[in-house]
Amino acid sequence: MSTKPKDGTDIAAGLLFMAIAAFFGWQGLGLEMGTSTRMGPGYFPMVLSGLLFLLGAVILVRAFGRPDDEPFGRVAWRGIAFILPAPIFFGLTVRGLGFVPALFITTLIAAQASLRMRPLPALILAVVVTILSTLIFSYGLGLPFRRFGPWLPL
Amino acid sequence: MDLLSNLAMGFGVASSLANLAFCLIGVLLGTLIGVLPGIGATATIAMLLPITFQLEPVSSLIMLAGIYYGAQYGGSTTAILINMPGESSSAVTAIDGYQMARQGRAGTALAVAALGSFFAGSVATFLVAIFAPPLTAIALQFGAAEYFSLMVMGLVMSVALAHGSVLKALAMVVLGLLLGMVGTDVYTGAPRFTMGMTQFADGLNFVAVAVGVFGIAEILRNLEDEHDRQVMTKNITRLFPSREEFRQMIGPVLRGTGVGSVLGILPGGGAILAAFASYTVEKKLSKHPEEFGKGALAGVAGPESANNAGAQTSFIPLLTLGIPANPVMALMIGAMIIQGIVPGPNVVSEQPQLFWGIIASMWIGNLMLVVLNLPLIGLWVKLLTVPYFVLFPIIMAMCSIGVYSVNSNPYDLFAVAFFGLLGYVMSKLRCEPAPLLLGFVLGPLLEENLRRAMILSRGDPTTFVTRPISAGLLVLSLAILVLVFLPQIRKRRDEVFTESDA
Repeated sequence: MSTKPKDGTDIAAGLLFMAIAAFFGWQGLGLEMGTSTRMGPGYFPMVLSGLLFLLGAVILVRAFGRPDDEPFGRVAWRGIAFILPAPIFFGLTVRGLGFVPALFITTLIAAQASLRMRPLPALILAVVVTILSTLIFSYGLGLPFRRFGPWLPL
Repeated sequence: MDLLSNLAMGFGVASSLANLAFCLIGVLLGTLIGVLPGIGATATIAMLLPITFQLEPVSSLIMLAGIYYGAQYGGSTTAILINMPGESSSAVTAIDGYQMARQGRAGTALAVAALGSFFAGSVATFLVAIFAPPLTAIALQFGAAEYFSLMVMGLVMSVALAHGSVLKALAMVVLGLLLGMVGTDVYTGAPRFTMGMTQFADGLNFVAVAVGVFGIAEILRNLEDEHDRQVMTKNITRLFPSREEFRQMIGPVLRGTGVGSVLGILPGGGAILAAFASYTVEKKLSKHPEEFGKGALAGVAGPESANNAGAQTSFIPLLTLGIPANPVMALMIGAMIIQGIVPGPNVVSEQPQLFWGIIASMWIGNLMLVVLNLPLIGLWVKLLTVPYFVLFPIIMAMCSIGVYSVNSNPYDLFAVAFFGLLGYVMSKLRCEPAPLLLGFVLGPLLEENLRRAMILSRGDPTTFVTRPISAGLLVLSLAILVLVFLPQIRKRRDEVFTESDA
């Protein structure tokens, strides 16, 4: 292994930008380019994809020969595992289960993201949040949510 | 006089009981969320944005403006009390404010910040009222080419003012622009980058992107390392500054207001720059520069005033040109568009009630901040002691409801999770989210004006450099770009940002 310094963060950033650019470029292939007078829907996105790819490449190249000036730090794996599914769950169930149960479980899922949250406080928190939100958003602001959805045998 | 009658009309609109109430709720909610550590003004507004959509346009924008001031004030409070600035613009306040708190002068620091902000806000509101109408007259002469060049300049400025690597900030702008392309092409109706999902035909939901990239990503960052915060609560004994302290703060407040008002107009994030500039000025002018960093009153009064003045005058490009000066203004534009208002020079003539109402509500919002928040400081401080693991499930619930309430589209919630992850990864790779959001908002506008300009010029790209205003703006953007890449400036820029991080 070479011991030459390199900035791992920037290498990752450069590669990520290049990958995203390649993805947009590939997706944009099917779009009509048009001419510079009458630009088609694919023209500007293609220019941008090219530019992003170029920037990514420059970031990547410049990352070599320079030490990583800041440690990467910890990654919030537990946070990712519980915070991100929360809105997804809400989206999947708000129509079927209805606003009240969907929100209750969403809050409960999100609460698991912290190691310090104990089961009982999490439950209490979810109940309080659900009751208050239902009062504020459903009754107070009158948002058109079904409180209990068709999936429930009510 | 026109100005006075217009202002009177504005105050008439803004001081209707309902609008006063919305402004009040906005200020309170904004402070409430903004005071939560690690959540800056942009994240606060992104989270609260959906609540305002149920209101009428004027009320909703008034409430949003209230949220903005509240969030900003909340950010200063956390900066002073726990040395955790939510946003880079209050990073400067943390330097001396936290030191003052450690010396037992937290109350004074908070009061000075509030009073300085109020004064600066009042002056800057007047400036907006005076300068916005004539600027709209100029803006009405703008063609597609000028708009394109102006937006380019705004994006370049946001790059110049972003933390860290210029290249990465540039890449983030371009990525934002690309994300803005998702949806149906306005000219041909062709779906772009929707991956066959009709749910994305209207483009990515702006609120979902903002909440994800700013809100969720910030929650994840805060969850990396859960530790106890030290809150300087016990030391808040005396609120009002003594006569001596009053005398000390007059100069910095006046200079900060001036610096902030001018820099706030610049597109790309003037308020941040304003706070830094004011701090530097005060340090240079002070008879005791050695006190800076150790709890100098001027180091709080100046930047806080500059910050707030800049926050106010950054409404000028928004209201006159429809160009957001910073991510917060980008959120405002998103809100206006959802309300069916096309931001830009026509707002003044077509919706004078809205225009002057917002201006008047700026001042009312500032007044409410002082009147309400000074007595309530004790309550906000209590809030700081609420543990984070209780707060973020609540925030997640609010975000989910909020995003869903915009379009009742479950796909928006999936987008929130996706952009939360993207925002978190990007922040781990030390890429700033602000340029991305600005690019995302400006993307469609930029493309539309580019295409229109090219059609008008029959495919001749020199139209951008032969029209004087457009050429001037492009030259300016180029100059800014060259400047940030120059070695000396780059070093200086790094120093400024390092100082704020310390």
